[in-house]
This record gives sequence, structure tokens and C-alpha cells, in this order.
Amino acid sequence: MHLGRLARLELTESEVDHYTEQLGQILGAIEAISDVAAEDIPPTSHPIPVVNVYREDVALPGLDREDFAAGAPAWEDDRFLVPRILDEPA
Amino acid sequence: MTTTSAFDGVIEEFDPIIGLETHIELGTNSKMFCSCSAEFGGDPNTHVCPVCLGLPGSMPVVNRAAVESTIRMGLALNSSIASWCRFARKNYFYPDMPKDYQISQYDEPLCFNGYLDVTVVTDDGPQIFRVEIERVHMEEDTGKLTHGGGAGRIHGATHSLVDFNRAGIPLIEVVTKPITGTGRYAPEVAKAYVAELRDLMRALGVSDVRMEEGSLRCDVNVSLSREGEPWGTRTETKNVNSLRSVERAVRSEMLRQADQLRAGERIIQETRHFHEETGDTTSGRSKEEAEDYRYFPEPDLVPVAPSAEWIDQLRTTLPEVPSVRRARLRDSWGISDFEMQSLVNAGALDLIEATINAGVNEQAARKWWTGEFSRTAKERDCELEDLSVTPADILEVENLIASGDLTDKIARTVFEGVLAGEGSVTAVIDARGLKVVSDDAALLAAIEQALAEQPDVAEKIKSGKIQAAGAIVGAVMKSTKGQADAAKVRALLFEQLGVTE
Amino acid sequence: MSDASLNSDLVRQSAATLATAIARGEVSSEQVTQAHLDRITEVDGQVHAFLFVDPEASLARAREVDAQISSGVIASPLAGVPIALKDLLATRGVPTTCGSKILEGWIPPYNATIVERLEAAGVVSLGKTNMDEFAMGSSTENSGYGPTHNPWDLERIPGGSGGGSAAAIASFEAPLAIGTDTGGSIRQPAAVTGTVGVKPTYGGVSRYGIVALASSLDQAGPCARSVMDTALLHSVIAGHDPRDSTSINAPVPDVIAAAKSGDVRGMKIGVIKQLQGEGFQSGVISQFNASLEILAGLGAEIVEVSCDHFQYALGAYYLILPSEASSNLARFDGMRFGIRVGDDGQHSVEQVMSATREAGFGAEVKRRIMLGTYALSSGYYDAYYGQAQKIRTLITRDFEAAFAQVDVLVSPTAPTTAFKLGAKVDDPLAMYLNDIATIPVNLAGNCAMSLPAGLAPEDGLPVGFQIIAPAMADDRLYKVGSALEAALVDKWGGLLIDKVPSL
Repeated sequence: MHLGRLARLELTESEVDHYTEQLGQILGAIEAISDVAAEDIPPTSHPIPVVNVYREDVALPGLDREDFAAGAPAWEDDRFLVPRILDEPA
Repeated sequence: MTTTSAFDGVIEEFDPIIGLETHIELGTNSKMFCSCSAEFGGDPNTHVCPVCLGLPGSMPVVNRAAVESTIRMGLALNSSIASWCRFARKNYFYPDMPKDYQISQYDEPLCFNGYLDVTVVTDDGPQIFRVEIERVHMEEDTGKLTHGGGAGRIHGATHSLVDFNRAGIPLIEVVTKPITGTGRYAPEVAKAYVAELRDLMRALGVSDVRMEEGSLRCDVNVSLSREGEPWGTRTETKNVNSLRSVERAVRSEMLRQADQLRAGERIIQETRHFHEETGDTTSGRSKEEAEDYRYFPEPDLVPVAPSAEWIDQLRTTLPEVPSVRRARLRDSWGISDFEMQSLVNAGALDLIEATINAGVNEQAARKWWTGEFSRTAKERDCELEDLSVTPADILEVENLIASGDLTDKIARTVFEGVLAGEGSVTAVIDARGLKVVSDDAALLAAIEQALAEQPDVAEKIKSGKIQAAGAIVGAVMKSTKGQADAAKVRALLFEQLGVTE
Repeated sequence: MSDASLNSDLVRQSAATLATAIARGEVSSEQVTQAHLDRITEVDGQVHAFLFVDPEASLARAREVDAQISSGVIASPLAGVPIALKDLLATRGVPTTCGSKILEGWIPPYNATIVERLEAAGVVSLGKTNMDEFAMGSSTENSGYGPTHNPWDLERIPGGSGGGSAAAIASFEAPLAIGTDTGGSIRQPAAVTGTVGVKPTYGGVSRYGIVALASSLDQAGPCARSVMDTALLHSVIAGHDPRDSTSINAPVPDVIAAAKSGDVRGMKIGVIKQLQGEGFQSGVISQFNASLEILAGLGAEIVEVSCDHFQYALGAYYLILPSEASSNLARFDGMRFGIRVGDDGQHSVEQVMSATREAGFGAEVKRRIMLGTYALSSGYYDAYYGQAQKIRTLITRDFEAAFAQVDVLVSPTAPTTAFKLGAKVDDPLAMYLNDIATIPVNLAGNCAMSLPAGLAPEDGLPVGFQIIAPAMADDRLYKVGSALEAALVDKWGGLLIDKVPSL
């Protein structure tokens, strides 16, 4: 299922069926909104109209490695260890 | 050369359209969205915090200097500056992307509709090509992957290691509109554009653009079309990271596409990878199976809405743009467009200007950088600016020539030592014993010895054959290892022999 | 007094009373903290409000605060008072799961801004409370660690997503709690547990360190048993934070003064026409109407106001929330923190990410991630996400028009009282309808409070009364809320929560 791949969810077949049905129902229920707003209504992405919030360009110390290394699923050579990137077998 | 003729063949049949997307790391103190140091390198994972590690709950805050640098770059590229724009999330999963989305800009770039003029030397002399700029926007860099178990490449790797020091460093992306009408000069125009962009960033002081550290990266779009036909399908060659590679990538992709089209095959819209070693490109993933980035406005950041006052204030901080500066220097030095272009191509312009500013006369400054030093750079396959010689060194040597302590010839030997890393000008002179022998007694002794070795020559000179003096002068120069002033030796010789010239 | 009765007395006190007693040295923070820890030991086996408690750490902190209070270092209206924190808040050195298996064992290396403010104010954390996974739900049944039970009836839901925080307060395990409200997750649990909860104006309380569900809707806020306690907590956690770009850089409305005033004379109160009638339980409507009469009796003018686009709020919400959530939850990929599944050296990074997310996320989270991924995908954005953003504008305009006529708006907080655990678990649409009255406020970014209106006659369960005010007018919530609360306390002889059955 394309959506599962996009969202990085390895769904079982029965999950796919179940969710497809439920997503269909949910989308059906909320479809009404597609006819409501006219072209000239501006979309709202941010509920409070604030603009131009910046931080001054000053470098400050961050975290110590030991603060997060212990929480990493895999760690080697002071870096996060991750599985191979490409799909074909090594 | 076969490649040249093959390329000529492509141009006879097709018209290239190119486009460039260039990412450049800004030289800010801190990262784009957090206060971590943006310095290059560092021990792995030492310039990181909850924000640039993408830890749950962390939130970005925009670096004001990054916004200002982008606006200044936009102004220098003759762009319009958006009065209101937003950041957007570009969603895709990749282990070097801590949040699994990149904060970028999508359909609301901060700067848009600009241009940059670049000069390329054509068969008809230097010609200006105007490159139209589509947009300039802000985004963040990713972490750095190192591939393990298998030659250090992504192919055949068993795992990878991630360092997030680079994650979140501010990037600006400059995107051109399709560049048409460049014909056979397409590869040179692409290269000249990137070089010009680099010089502009440096002149603005928004980035050092250290290309060897990967702080400038290009994606090169190329398509071909036959006359009167619609534009062909384009390919995008990713991560082309040097000026030379940009030129080669355009050229090789033009050749490849032409071969394919002539064979009646269609060009697939795809991303391609450039290989430094061969100068070729190979197929990456095709656009059909490309990611769906699901862009939407970044809700964690508020819109950027620069006021007219802010933009005007930033406009006052713009330095002279490189093309204007070049025209000014060309006129002031009294050289041709062609000569100026050679200086630019050699990467000598900044160095010559700095040398002149140090107090060296214009001609000497040009002579050293385009002569001796350029030869050395070529031999070593490096840039002029990488050589271990400074404008101050040149001034010191020129002063010694003026005072008669060095001759031109000895000066070259001095620089040979400096370039070889033997130390400062003074150190090389001392170590190699390089000084003009100006002690009359020592010179007279050398002259007497030379006359004694070639008794017939003295007679010739006395009898009026003055040109015979050359043999004695030559012998003296040889015995002093070139460290005598030849004119002085000659004068002493005539004095010794009681001859007047 | 025996220790036991002292403890049982302490846990039934208001935060304001406890703070005063601690400040006067009549009782120590350590004693108050111990009393609540004892209560947790006693009843949390039945309620399951807490996911994590570290008694030694809480007591050590209480002793520190006691020392700071006696040396005059801390001056805050809540110094020494214990609190329960929703497990969505990053707490340095303390496990934070967001109710999800995917974060099992994760210990954040940093504190949320709220946590730092509470620490600076000498408020003592008792632990982390249960919630629907990543705050997705209205019943706490979506927790990866089992549901929380409603102290009014252990067979029933405590609301959600912040059911743990609400249940902790309602069962006297904590006098105060922090919740977060994306579509009603503070107010609906408050309504069904007979407690008070406020969703402040968007940007009023820092979101930094609160694990994001839907960034443009999320807002943390105070939970307590009385309006005044809620106001005290609100004043401690609110205010500008430079680490949250959407935080409002303006003075916090004086919520404490408003809670003290409790005067509604001359105020205009608008009843939202669209949020009553069909779908609302009869006892909910009757208690809501009774409260309106009380407010009218106190001198407020009650009028009906129409908000025509509220009928589309649920649809817009269930597009915006999943869209933002699908992106916010992408980082839970098993690469830098949390669990990792399927990494046997054979599988690729994409396969390991997918297996980790499949194993670590529960059904509702996956459902919403897929819905959001779909709504944002190429070709659907305009019809779904884009359209939902326009509805958002229309709802904001409805509020603006309404607030041009009235000072506050009111409605029932939730359409029903607490339903039975399991009743709606696999019926997402029925579950989503719980939030019908609370969602419009999140879409528009203004503020709202839920406080108890009484018990529904048909089931004897609490009913919530919702007050809605314009953005940055949070003080009006407290003015109206305290007036209504005072009148109801007079009528009942105490707070509604005093009627909760003993566990």
C-alpha cells in the first residue's frame, strides 16, 4: 500500500483492509467541507497572526554526547549507528 | 580531439537548455534554527542540541542573520524580496534528516525573479550571458553519513554512522530559470555562473564558500531540443561539487542525451549521479518513483515579513558586485576584457588586488600572480589562493629589488623557496644565501680570475670588441652563483681594463 | 490527628490552601508530597492515572523546596505544592513515553519550558500521567500502557487524551496537573471527571518540550479541582518563551485577579446555537441550562449566538490534525531514540524504520498518520488540507462576529457524560464526536475553560460547562468561571468533586 510506504508503516494485510475501510468512512464524513469555503477565503495556517520572530546569531553550547548517546538504539564511534541505506542485500 | 568534434556534432543538431540549483552553506555563527555552533567539522555530535537532533518536543527558532544574509543575496541578485512568506516542511524519511522532514521554503520563497550576468570568453571574445534567477530560499542542511563495511560507499555498506554536527546549518538555495541560447558555451556558462555566485557570496561576506568542504553543492539540469521543437525532457544531475565538475557534468550529459536521441530513444526524467573520476553521469532514481514530499506550511515557525525599512537598511550594506568591480579594475589597470577574464579564470583577481593594496605596483603584482605563481599552481593542480605566498611577501621582495639587494632572477629563486615551504622571504634569503654580491673587492677578484682564465678576451675588449665582455660577465655571474648585478660587473670590468663603452 | 487522617486531610485540600500552609510553616512540602505519594500507592492500582512515579526523587525535591522556602529563595503562589505532569512533557532524566510503546525507556536529556517554570516556582513533580498515545483520543484507552479509570465509576473512561491528569486530580492523588489540549484533551477529561481545566490562548503557554501532536492546535494548560487553583497554576506556567516561536510576547492576562473577582454583572454571555440539541445527552443539557440560569441570576445577560461554520469544524480538524501529526510523528523512526525493531543486520534502514513504527505505534496513531499522509499527498492537498485551512478562517470569523456581540460564549463541554470503557474503541467516528464542542476553539486559537455544572440526573455523572473567550482574554474565563463556581458551591455546600465516591 502506497500510503503505508510513504508513512513508513509496515502494515499487515488485515490492517490494510481495516484501515482502508475506516479511512473511507472518515473521509466520507468530512467530505462536506470541500464545498464550503469559496475561492477568496484565505487559508489559516497559524492561529495567531504573529510575524518576524527571530533569534540573534549567537552560538551556545548544546548537549553533551553522553546525554543522548545512551538513549540511542545503536551507537558506535561517537555516532548514531543506522542500518544500511540501500535496499539490495549487502 | 574526438570529444571536441563529438561535442561540435551535438551543437550542430541540438540546442541545450540548462538550469542550476545551487545550495550554499551560510557562514553564520549558529545554526539555522538553534543556537548550536555552525562551525565546520568538530568531534562527531558535539555541535548538537534537542532541536538539531530532532528530539521529541523541541522547536525551531529562526536565525536572524540567516534571513538577512538571504535577503542581501537576493538584493545582490537583483531579486524581488517577498513582503510575507512562510517556511514549509518537506517530508521524507532519511537517517541523516533528524526530524524526517526538512524545514525549507516551498511556493513562497524569500527572494524571487532576479538575474546574474556572467562573462564567458567565446570565439568572438568575451560575451555576457544573463542568467535569470527563479528564486532564492532558506533551508537547513542534513547530518553527515559515513558508510561502514564495504569500501566506505553507500553501495555494499552494511551499516552507516551519523554525525549531526552539520544538521541544521543554514543553507540558501539559488535556483535559475531555464537558461537558453548558450549553444556550445552551455558548459562554460554553467561554470561561470557558479563561479560568479561563489564570488558574490564571498563579496557579501555571507559565506566563505569552501568548496573543498562541500559548502557549495550544485544540481545541474540539462535537456536538449532540435530547432523548432519543444524543449526536451530534462535530467537532474545531483551533487556536483566543484566548478570544473559543473562544466564537465553539463558537457557529458549533453553528449549522452544526444547519443540517446539520435538512437531514437527517449530521455527519461530522472536524477543522475556525477562521478568525479570519469566525468560521467549514471542513472539514479527516476522521477516517476520519486518521493511525494507533502509540503505544508511549517506551523512551528511564524511567517517572515520583512518591512521595506529593513530591506532598505540591508541594501545599504551591499558591497560592490563582482561584475562592477571587474569593470572598474579593468579600466584602472588598463587591460582588455580578455585579459581581465583570464585573471578571473585563473582565480587571480582578488590576490592581485590584495597585492596592489599591500603597496606593490600593478604591473609587478599581475606579473607574479599570472607568471611564476600560476605555473606552480598548475603543476600542483591547486588554486592560486592555496599557495603559501602572500601579498606581503611580494611587497617585501619588490622592495629588495628596488633597493638593489635582489635581482629579478634571484627574486624568482626566493619565491621558489617560499612556495616550497622553506619559510618567510627573509628565512629563504638567509638559508639559501641569496643576496646580490655588491662588494666591489669580491667582484674585482672574480673578474681578475675570469680574465686570467680567458686571457684572449681581455685583448679583444681592449681592441674595441666590446661585445666580448659578455664572456667575462657570464663567468663572473657563474662564479657568484648568479648573485651579482650583471650591469655592475660589466662596469667594473671596463674600469679594470681602462676601456670606455 | 493521626498521620493517616492528616494525610487524607492534606490530599483533599486545595492547592491554594496547601501553598499558604506551607508558606506559613504549618506543614512542609515534604509532608504534603508524602501524603499524595501515599494516596497514589493507595488508589492508583484502581485508577491507573500514573505511568511513572519516583517517590524518592519527589521527596528529595520537596525537601529542597522546603529549604528554599525557609531561606526565602522561592516566592511563588504554589511553592511546595505537588503536581502531576502529562507524559507528553519532556522531563530531563525522567522517562517520557507519550503513552506510546515506541518511546518505552526514553529518557529526555532536556526539560520542557513548563517543567522549568514549575521547578523555578517550587512546584514538586509527583510523576507522569497516563494519556492516549501521542494525545490521540478522548478516552485514554489508546494508551500503550493500559487505560485510566474514571474515579466516579471505574468502569468508565476518564476522558482523553489527558485522562491520567484529570483522574489524578479527581482521585486526590494530586491537587494540580498539567494537561495539553489539541481538540479538547484538557476540557473533556475535566468535564467527565468533575474537575476544572483551561486551554489557554494559543501561544499563551510555551510548547517547547511538549511532544507535538498538531503544532498549530496544541496548547498546554492547567488542571485543578477549583477555578482559583487553576488560575494559580495558569499564572505560573504562562508567559513568553523565546524557544517557542509561536509564543505570544505580551503580558499574561491577570487570571488570579479575575478568579478573585467572580463578578459577571453586566457581562453578555452568548449561548452557541450549534452546540446543543441533537447528539447532546439530556442530563448534559439540563445541567448546562441550570448553570445559565445561575449566571443570569448573578446579573449576566444571556443571548443566543449562531456560529454557522461550526458544523464543519470536526471535518476541518480531522484533516489538519492528522496532516500535522503525520509530519510531527515522522521522527519516531527508531534511529536516534526510542525502540528499534527488526535490525538484524540484514534489513535496510527503510525496512527497520517501517517495522519499528508498525510495532511501536498503536491503531489510532497509525490511522491518523495514514489519514494525514493521504491528505497532504500530491493531488489531494488543495481538496483536503487547503480546504480545511479555509474552514479554519471561517470559524475564526464566526468567533470574531460573536465576540463583537458578547463577552464570552458558552456551551456544554462534551455531548455526553463518561461512557463505558470499550464502548467506542474501534469506532473512530463515534469517538471523534466527543470533541465536537471543544474543537472550534483549537482551530481559532482562542481560549476556553471547562468547569463542573453538576451531575446528570440519569447517570449521576459529572457534566462540564464550557466558557470560551477571545484570544488573550483568558481572564474572562476565570471571571465567569469563579462566579458560577461560587454559586454552585453555595448550592451544593462544596465543590462537585467532594461528591466523588471514595475509592
